[in-house]
Amino acid sequence: MNLARERTRWLIGISILGVLPFVLPGYWTYQLSLAGASVLAALGLNLLTGYAGQISLGHAGFLAIGSYVAGLLTSSFGGSWFWIALPLAGVITGLTGLVLFIPALRLGTIYLAIATLGFGAAVTQVLLKLSEVTHTYEGIKVPGPAIGEISLNRDLTMYFITAGVVLALLWIARNVVHAKLGRAFIAIRDKEIAAEAMGISLPQTKAYAFLISAFYTGIAGALHAHIVGIAQAEVFNLGTSIQLFSMIVLGGLASLPGSILGALFLSLLPELLKLLVASQQYYNVIYGVLYGGLLVLVIIFMPYGIWGYLVRTSFKFPKARKFLTGA
Amino acid sequence: MENLWLYLQFAINGIANGCLYALMALGMVLIFKTTDVVNFAQADMTMLSTFVAYTALTSWKWPFAGALVAAIIAAFIVGLIVERFALRPAQNAPVISLLITTLGVALIINAVAGGIWGYQTLPFEYPLKGRLFSIGNLSFTKHNALTVVVALVLSLGFFAFLKFTKIGIAMRATAQNKLAARLMGINVDRISMLCWGIGAAIGAVAGVIITPTITGINLNVMVSVMLKGFAAAVLGGFTSLPGALVGGLLIGVIENLFIAIPVDWVGQFRETFVFALIILILTVRPHGLLGETAHRGT
Repeated sequence: MNLARERTRWLIGISILGVLPFVLPGYWTYQLSLAGASVLAALGLNLLTGYAGQISLGHAGFLAIGSYVAGLLTSSFGGSWFWIALPLAGVITGLTGLVLFIPALRLGTIYLAIATLGFGAAVTQVLLKLSEVTHTYEGIKVPGPAIGEISLNRDLTMYFITAGVVLALLWIARNVVHAKLGRAFIAIRDKEIAAEAMGISLPQTKAYAFLISAFYTGIAGALHAHIVGIAQAEVFNLGTSIQLFSMIVLGGLASLPGSILGALFLSLLPELLKLLVASQQYYNVIYGVLYGGLLVLVIIFMPYGIWGYLVRTSFKFPKARKFLTGA
Repeated sequence: MENLWLYLQFAINGIANGCLYALMALGMVLIFKTTDVVNFAQADMTMLSTFVAYTALTSWKWPFAGALVAAIIAAFIVGLIVERFALRPAQNAPVISLLITTLGVALIINAVAGGIWGYQTLPFEYPLKGRLFSIGNLSFTKHNALTVVVALVLSLGFFAFLKFTKIGIAMRATAQNKLAARLMGINVDRISMLCWGIGAAIGAVAGVIITPTITGINLNVMVSVMLKGFAAAVLGGFTSLPGALVGGLLIGVIENLFIAIPVDWVGQFRETFVFALIILILTVRPHGLLGETAHRGT
């Protein structure tokens, strides 16, 4: 790993993120913030599924918990609580992630898929019931972040907060992946028995995987609630879980840049398409065929995702390869 | 006493529902066993063939049996196409990615069906109405009877097909070991294609029969049926065909019993309870009720 080259890449990324909101119209800043929340969730899911090999079709449940925890806090105590609510949402969601780690200890892939799917469905039902109790059928109205009594411009603030959080958590994810824990993730994914023989604790590693993944997704949910201004349980359903899953497969399993590419691509695709297709009548048909067709074609022609394809292709071009992989 | 009848009645309805979940599960297990793919497009393939039956019934004025046959044929063809053009070219991809392929297929089918039939719920007329007979306070509707008979005949026929015909034996060989099957001269690609066709067709039967009980047909009506079928398959052990039947019946009955419990919140949380129960059972029996126990770590 060439640190100087990596630093250059981070600086390029940071400066692009810093300039974008001043170049793009406000609507796109908003969309980019939402895409940023998706990037976080995709990073979390990829750590769990791509690296540690634990499938989850219930990550929408974590998004919902994160958005409710943060939303309840800021709507009850005011926008200045945002700075506490955000990490707290991550921590609480992370702890609920441990609920799933117990079945994950014993279950194979498909069985875990149905267990996590059930978890996602259960969370939505419980939260819907909760909103009946609290009389917030239309969701919880969430204020924007504030410092003391001064409330900030929501779209722009949330954009920079999201960008900052994404960069920070990306940095942490990068370190986790390259450290002992990340190696342990990959080891239990590839062969549980071999990993145990090398002295890796299966329960501990899986617990960490679920904890970290749920933490990331919870933060993403909290950000989502504050970007949109509302925390709603129905927003995060099975479709959301499946879309997150498509993001990491499309971008590339077990790849951090892949998670970013996949998440950005799938969250911005509908918006880009809206620019191209004017008629509402055919929009749904075109969007469905395009989105579905893309998934099918990417798996056929890029079995290891977009990022995997880029890296493999770049082997022919040493300079490009060095830029992409840093090695 | 009054309550007991109620619970029995709900259990009977549950058996009928469970038969349909079982059929859905059967289709998914068949596809999984031979091709290692969890077919998340099952719901949309079923939805498409049910819409074909709908068109046959309303626009072409076909009799119900004819519409059912049309749906089965349509599903079979869709299954063949999906295997040939979406899954076979992607054979080199990791198995986990193939799940996304079926999802892509589901999206395409959903979008196309939306373009053809629109987005509203269409009424689905059904010839069999009323009750067949009743014992005490229990009533057996004709629909329930038909569902059970169809599910029984179909699954028994299918098991016989797997057991005694040459193609059936080839399917089981492919499920057991693809390489060995290929070495024995079995055209594994063709068998996979056939399994997709049959799996889709079984789903279509479930779809056409279940639609009247859920008041009509729209683009997403099959998703919850598929999820319960999926859950049923997992509960039974995803590699076991009889397991799919057992799992389907169990889920159908349990779900309906939860409706019968007169406490308000129990009915509202029934899906949560069903899933919690499944997770519990899986934690005790990680390979489902009838699944083959694989060695740990494989």
